[in-house]
Amino acid sequence: MQLRNHDVADDTGLMPTLPSRLPVCVRGLRKVYSDVVAVDGLDLDVRAGECFGLLGPNGAGKTTTIEICEGLTPQDAGTVELLGLRWETDANELRQRLGVQLQETQLSEKLTVDETVRLFRSFYRQGPSASEVIAMVQLEEKHKSRVGGLSGGQKQRLAMACALVGDPDLLFLDEPTTGLDPQARRQVWDLIERFKSEGRNVILTTHYMDEAERLCDRVAVMDHGKIIALGTPRELIASIGAEHMVEFSVVDGTGPVDLAALERLDGVRVARCENGGYQLHVSELHRAVAALFGELSGRRIPLTELRTHSATLEDVFVSLTGRHLRDE
Amino acid sequence: MSEGTVLVETREIRPAAGRRPFIEHSLVQLTLVRFREFWREPEAVFWVFVFPILLTTGLGIAFRNRPADVVKVGAVGPQLAGAMRTNKSLSVELLDRAAGEQALRAGRIVLLAVPAADGVVTYRYDDTNPEGRNAKLLVDRTVQHAAGAHDPVAAADDLVREPGSRYIDFLVPGLLGMNLMGSGIWGLGFAIVDARRKKLLKRLIASPMPRSQYLLSFLLARLAMLYIEVAALIGFGAWVFGVPVRGSLWELAILCLLSSLSFSALGLLTASRVRTIEGASGLMNFIMLPMWIFSGVFFSSDRFPNMLQPFVRALPLTAVIDALRAQILQGVSLSQLTPQLAIITGWLVVCFFTALKLFRWR
Repeated sequence: MQLRNHDVADDTGLMPTLPSRLPVCVRGLRKVYSDVVAVDGLDLDVRAGECFGLLGPNGAGKTTTIEICEGLTPQDAGTVELLGLRWETDANELRQRLGVQLQETQLSEKLTVDETVRLFRSFYRQGPSASEVIAMVQLEEKHKSRVGGLSGGQKQRLAMACALVGDPDLLFLDEPTTGLDPQARRQVWDLIERFKSEGRNVILTTHYMDEAERLCDRVAVMDHGKIIALGTPRELIASIGAEHMVEFSVVDGTGPVDLAALERLDGVRVARCENGGYQLHVSELHRAVAALFGELSGRRIPLTELRTHSATLEDVFVSLTGRHLRDE
Repeated sequence: MSEGTVLVETREIRPAAGRRPFIEHSLVQLTLVRFREFWREPEAVFWVFVFPILLTTGLGIAFRNRPADVVKVGAVGPQLAGAMRTNKSLSVELLDRAAGEQALRAGRIVLLAVPAADGVVTYRYDDTNPEGRNAKLLVDRTVQHAAGAHDPVAAADDLVREPGSRYIDFLVPGLLGMNLMGSGIWGLGFAIVDARRKKLLKRLIASPMPRSQYLLSFLLARLAMLYIEVAALIGFGAWVFGVPVRGSLWELAILCLLSSLSFSALGLLTASRVRTIEGASGLMNFIMLPMWIFSGVFFSSDRFPNMLQPFVRALPLTAVIDALRAQILQGVSLSQLTPQLAIITGWLVVCFFTALKLFRWR
C-alpha cells in the first residue's frame, strides 16, 4: 500500500502535458485474424513511470495488443506511438529502447545463463553489464549453469534479465508469472516492483487479478478485443460499489432465495445467483451478514456454506461480463 | 530515480557507448553461440566428425586392395592339385567331386578343376564373375605350363600400384561431398527450425539484433567447422590409406567453401517456413535422399541410364563430388571444372534468394 501511494503521487505530480510525450499512446488499434477480431478499436495511454496492466481472460486480445506494441505483429488499423516514436519510421531505435519478455520463449538450453545474457547484451548499444543484470535478477549463483537446468522461476528471471539488459525505457511483460509456483511468482513480482520503483514504464498482461492488484498503477480490463474498464485497481473495485463479497449456499430444496429480498437487506448493493449459490456485493460487511442471518432464519432456510472476501479485480470482471477471468 | 518520467529528454544526452571489445560484438557473440550449441550436442559432433571417419575406415578395410591376392580354387585329384600349386597366387584345396561342388556353391572357392580319364581338364566356374574368369585364366595357364607348354613370346612384369585409382581413393571425395551436404543442410536447417519452434527467433527479432547477422553467424560457424571437417577426413584418408591430394590445397579450400555455402543455402531454404522438427526432418530427407542415391557417393553416377543422366548431373551433390574427385585425385584445376562450379553456384544463388523471399521469423 505504501508503494502504491508513492506511485500515485509520482503520477499526478509529473504527468506530461503533450499526448506524444506519453510513453505509450495507442489509438484505434485493430487486428483481425481470418475471422476473429483479436483487437477491436483499442485506445491506450500509459503515463510516464507507470506500471500498466492489461487484465483479461485468455483470448481477450492482450497478447495481440502487446505484440503489436512490440513491433512483432503489424496492425490492420490504428496508430502506435511509443516514447514518441513509431514502428513505421523508427523501428531500430525502438528496439534499442524496449525491453521485451514474450509468453513462451524457450532460450537455448545448451547455453549458460552468462552466455545467454551476454548474447542479448551484445545487441544493445548501452546498458548494464551482463554480470550486473544477472545480479539484478538474483541468478549469480547460477551464472555458469546451463539454461536447461534452471527451474521455471529461474528461467523466467533469466528472460527478464534478457529484457532488461538494454536498459529499456519501456518494459513489456507478457504473462510474466504464468505457470510459476507461488514462491517463484513472488520473486518475479519483487523484481518488477524494483524496476517500477526506478521510474521505468512497465506494461504487463496477466490473467491473475492478485498480480494486477499488487503491481499495476492502472489496469485496463480487456474482453473480446476491447477495453471494458480502465482505472487504478482501487477505482475499479470501487466502481462496483461494494468493498466486500459474501457468497453462500443453502440446503437443496429449500430455495430459491428471493434475490430482490436479498438486495433490500441492510448494506447489500447487488445480489446475484451463480452456480447454484448466491453472491452479494456488500458495502458494510458486519451489517449485511447479520441481516442475511436474520433473513434466512426467518424463512427457515439452513445455510450450508458462507464465505466472505474483500472485493477484487476478479469481482470487477465478473460484474462487468458475468464471466470469470479463468473461464475457458 | 525519476529517470523514466523525463525519459524523452534524458535519452538524447546520454553518452554514447564506447567502442566495445571485439568479443562483445553481436556477430561474434552470435557465432560463438553457434559453436557452443554445436559442441555441446555430442550427437552432432559424432555425425559430423566421427561418423565419416568410421565409415571411411570400414569401407577402406572391406575394399582394400590385397597386395598378393590369392585366388581360392579347388581341384579333384592330387596330381592336378599338385600341378596347380606351382603357382603362388593360387590357393588350392584338394577335394572330392561332391565336396568341391559344395564349396563352389558356397563361394568358398571360385573354380573347381575336374580331370577326366581322357586327359581333358574341365573347369567349373561362373563366367559372369570376374574373379571366376580370372581364376580360369590363372589355373589354365598354370596347368598348361606344368604340362610343359612354353610361351612363344617372352614377357616380363612391371607392376604399377598407383594410389588414386583404388576404391578407397574413389570413396573419400564422395564421403567428403556427402558430409558437406549433411552438415550444411542439417546444421543450418535444424538449428533454425528449432529456434522458430521455441519462439526464440521471435524473441530475437524483438531485440535490436541485426537480422542479417543471425544468418551470417551460421555461415561463419559453418565455415570454421567446414575446414576442421575437411581436414579431418582428407587427413585421415591420406594418413591411413594414402589417398593422394593432387590438386592445390587452395583450390580445394575454395571448392569446399563454395559447396558448403551452396548446401547451407539449400538448408536455409528448407528451414525457411517449417515450424516443427518432424516437418523439417521429413523435408530434409526428401531433399537429400535423391542425392544419396544418384550423386555417386559410393559408386559412379555414370552407372545410371542415359535417360536419367540430365537429372543426375543437375543435382548439386553430383557436381560437388565430380569436382572433388577430379580436383583431389587427378589434380584438375578449378578452371577446368567450370560446368560443375556453375551448377554449384547456380544452386547457391537460386536457393539463397528464394530462401530470403520465403523466410519467416515466426
